[in-house]
Amino acid sequence: MKKTYLPLALIGLFVVLAGASWLGLLSDYIQTVLIFMGINAILTASLNLVNGYMGEFSVGHAGFMAVGAYISAVLTTRVIPHFVLGTPLVPSGLYAPDVTAWAANPAAYLVFPLTLLIGGLGAALAGLLVAVPSFKIRGDYLAIITLAVNYIVKSAFENTQAVGGSRGITGIPKLTNVPLVFLCAVVSLWAMRNFILSNFGRGVVAVREDEIAASLMTVNTRHSKILAFCISSFFAGIGGGLLAHLLLYINPSTFSILKSVECLAMVYLGGMSSISGSILGAIAYTGLSEALRPLRLWKWVVIPLILIFLMLFRREGIMGGREFTFLLPKEEVKGYATASD
Amino acid sequence: MPLLQIKDLTHFFGGLKAVDDFEVEIEKGEIVGLIGPNGAGKTTIFNLICGLYTPTEGEIIFNGSNVVGLPSHEVASRGVGRTFQNLRLFNDLTVLNNIKIAQYSQANYSLTDAFLRTKRYLGKEREVEERAYELLETIGISGHAHQLTKNLSYGDQRRVEMARALALRPRLLLLDEPTAGMSPAEMITMTELIEEIRGMFDLTIFLIEHRMRVVMGICEWILAIDFGALIGEGTPDEIRNNPKVIKAYLGEEVMI
Repeated sequence: MKKTYLPLALIGLFVVLAGASWLGLLSDYIQTVLIFMGINAILTASLNLVNGYMGEFSVGHAGFMAVGAYISAVLTTRVIPHFVLGTPLVPSGLYAPDVTAWAANPAAYLVFPLTLLIGGLGAALAGLLVAVPSFKIRGDYLAIITLAVNYIVKSAFENTQAVGGSRGITGIPKLTNVPLVFLCAVVSLWAMRNFILSNFGRGVVAVREDEIAASLMTVNTRHSKILAFCISSFFAGIGGGLLAHLLLYINPSTFSILKSVECLAMVYLGGMSSISGSILGAIAYTGLSEALRPLRLWKWVVIPLILIFLMLFRREGIMGGREFTFLLPKEEVKGYATASD
Repeated sequence: MPLLQIKDLTHFFGGLKAVDDFEVEIEKGEIVGLIGPNGAGKTTIFNLICGLYTPTEGEIIFNGSNVVGLPSHEVASRGVGRTFQNLRLFNDLTVLNNIKIAQYSQANYSLTDAFLRTKRYLGKEREVEERAYELLETIGISGHAHQLTKNLSYGDQRRVEMARALALRPRLLLLDEPTAGMSPAEMITMTELIEEIRGMFDLTIFLIEHRMRVVMGICEWILAIDFGALIGEGTPDEIRNNPKVIKAYLGEEVMI
């Protein structure tokens, strides 16, 4: 596929998906699976920024998703209804304001992306708080710190009654739909790919290859690492916000370490340091876990086995650091290679 | 005013005095050699200049300002390029990307420019790319631009490292054993290359070298150190006949 056809192909795909879901040609189940694929692609690519391109090991992606999810959910269930309908800002007990009234308004679909953005920024800020002290040193510390962060975020929400404590937030309006997720995924992946191709991305990759040599080649390594981590957290927050408005109910255990592990599995399945791999990994993992549903409990034997065999026979994942050429600008196609062949 | 002026440089590793009151003044355009037995502290001095270590004492004045305490990327941006004794290339990246990375501080567009691929971004990226190709051409490895660096021969990897150091637009180039592990033929071409790039890029070169033929051949001034302290300096001829230098390398004459 030639690069010039990519925008056309994307617009075509968008029209088909949007049309099919609006006309009811896709069942709710299929729509949900497609939405999960889109959200997972964003989450996988964003985790890949840290674990693949930067070569660090973050295991707390769900923590940043939680921040984004809670912020956008609070905005759509409390803050916006407060201004639109005059409901109390912080409801007590189990009472949740009825948000269907404002969510039914088409304008909700214009406001929703804004809440996602705010959620993403909140997650990026959380990422900054983690990154600034963590990146003074290099090594396996980030894995331990992010593990702790995941637990801290989870128990912080569990103990904050204003956002429902361990009951979480209920009555979130269903604002996540196929066309919107498709748009979010395309824009997010495009932004991350541009980041990787830029000077900033080169700095991040240089840090992975040899941090000392990078710093002696004028790369501000600390700045690069913090930036990449914040961008990764930002998109985790976006993914979390989309997820919240798909599940319609979030509680702290939605964002447990298991969710982070799921993101890691998709990264390794698709391949480190590859946006194409992240997309494929997310689609393959989501598709697989749906396709294997008839196996019931055995699903959780088969999927880990697939991952084990993947690590044994194709350690670099599906894409192995390569990119689809249509994702690269013309002048980069020949020169692009970030990982071993 | 000298380009690089080091005063009373002393550095301890724990209780070990790795550099002892080292002093040097390097004028613009000179090629100065640093020699000494293994473990004398040569590479440590380079690491101190680059900002990898902060010296225990002393001043390093580069181009009129003290660079002690600055982070290494800042020192590099001010124009200190270097190569390493045991190559430190970005092995899993292409040769071209190795060179592009060293232009990090020159590609000064904003994050928004990068996300949106604005005109400014595309312009700067084109500059970076053109300069990378030019450097590869000059160093004579343009044919390998799209190869992964680790797949190149040792001699070519040395050249990539040289091109990468030049990409950051250095005024001072620190070469840590540029001919280590090279055959005599490769050594001669490398020596010629060093002389050539000095003129071409208006460089001042400070180099560490073990091979006396290289040092004596291209350096105008040589510093000899042992146990971190300066034991002699002078022109190649003076160094060759300096009894302290001979002693450090060959040991004391034994009277029977």
